[in-house]
Amino acid sequence: MTNAAVNVEGQATQHALHAYVHDAVASAATHTKGQQHPIKLYLVVWGWLFVLSTCSYLVDFFGIHGHLRWSLILLFMVLKAGLIVAVFMHMAWERLALAYAILVPPVLVLVFVGIMVFESDYTHLLRVIFFAPTA
Amino acid sequence: MAETTLAHPKAPPGTIAGWRGIAADWASDQRAFKNVSWGKAMMWIFLLSDTFIFSCFLLSYMTARMSTTVPWPNPSEVFALNIGGKHIPLILIAIMTFILISSSGTMAMAVNFGYRRDRAKTAALMLATAAFGATFVGMQAFEWTKLIMEGVRPWGNPWGAAQFGSCFFMITGFHGTHVTIGVIFLAAIARKVWRGDFDVERRGFFTSRRGYYEIVEITGLYWHFVDLVWVFIFAFFYLW
Repeated sequence: MTNAAVNVEGQATQHALHAYVHDAVASAATHTKGQQHPIKLYLVVWGWLFVLSTCSYLVDFFGIHGHLRWSLILLFMVLKAGLIVAVFMHMAWERLALAYAILVPPVLVLVFVGIMVFESDYTHLLRVIFFAPTA
Repeated sequence: MAETTLAHPKAPPGTIAGWRGIAADWASDQRAFKNVSWGKAMMWIFLLSDTFIFSCFLLSYMTARMSTTVPWPNPSEVFALNIGGKHIPLILIAIMTFILISSSGTMAMAVNFGYRRDRAKTAALMLATAAFGATFVGMQAFEWTKLIMEGVRPWGNPWGAAQFGSCFFMITGFHGTHVTIGVIFLAAIARKVWRGDFDVERRGFFTSRRGYYEIVEITGLYWHFVDLVWVFIFAFFYLW
């Protein structure tokens, strides 16, 4: 019984060892191979970034105002940021363990945005009530 | 007997996909980021911390702009230029945006040629990226000079809310510093690529570690981040 357990354990250790050797080899391979994608992909993304930047500039050029302006600006901004992070920075091909570790924390900044929106509305209210120009 | 069930052979780390892969990678021994070198992981973590710095700047700008009772200067007018007798709104900022995007394009291709061990093309593309970056900083210097001549100061300006100047100088100044550091970083790595340091795995002067072409991708991560920050500054400061 003990013998069998030791045997299984030994096999498992060997397996784990093999996995680590494999891991080391793979990591050495990433040094030489790394992220390789066709040049055409980068050129297409480059073109799209130009189109999206032109679009957001045109929003200002034609003087679009109100909610349409803000939603268009935010839309083009998010699309551009997404293209840069996903393709240029290769996040689309990284393992999810890295992608989530890096991309989730900035999303939490939105909570901070919410807090500061309440705070500045309150400050604005106080300024209107107590510091209104008396003329 | 319990040991045998524990020592059950499983899939090697770094091969499982999806949500289970996240749990497996993070719960595994020694390394959470399986097929990413420490250099790349550390650059990503640095960029995450830098994201928080720029988030704080943009948030303080948002707070200042939302809480002031004085009208905010119209950036479309402030950053307009007269070219050939025509008054074009925000044109300088648009050109700067296109220059920075182009620099990101050349950088992405430099990374690609680096992994193909094409020394000449990699170094040339990196130098082109650095040249675009230097042009960007030059245009920013022009923009600052123009605004300072027109009377913009961190404590006031001729057109409206006093906080406009402090927000503008803080945000664009910090971004410009990042671009400048990026240009220096690019020039230093391009020199090493050109000299062939990564073909012979020559040890670094400061770290005594072997260099790999991966450093081109790590430099690229920093550079793309600088472009990424500009996307947000362009949207929130210049277009809003």
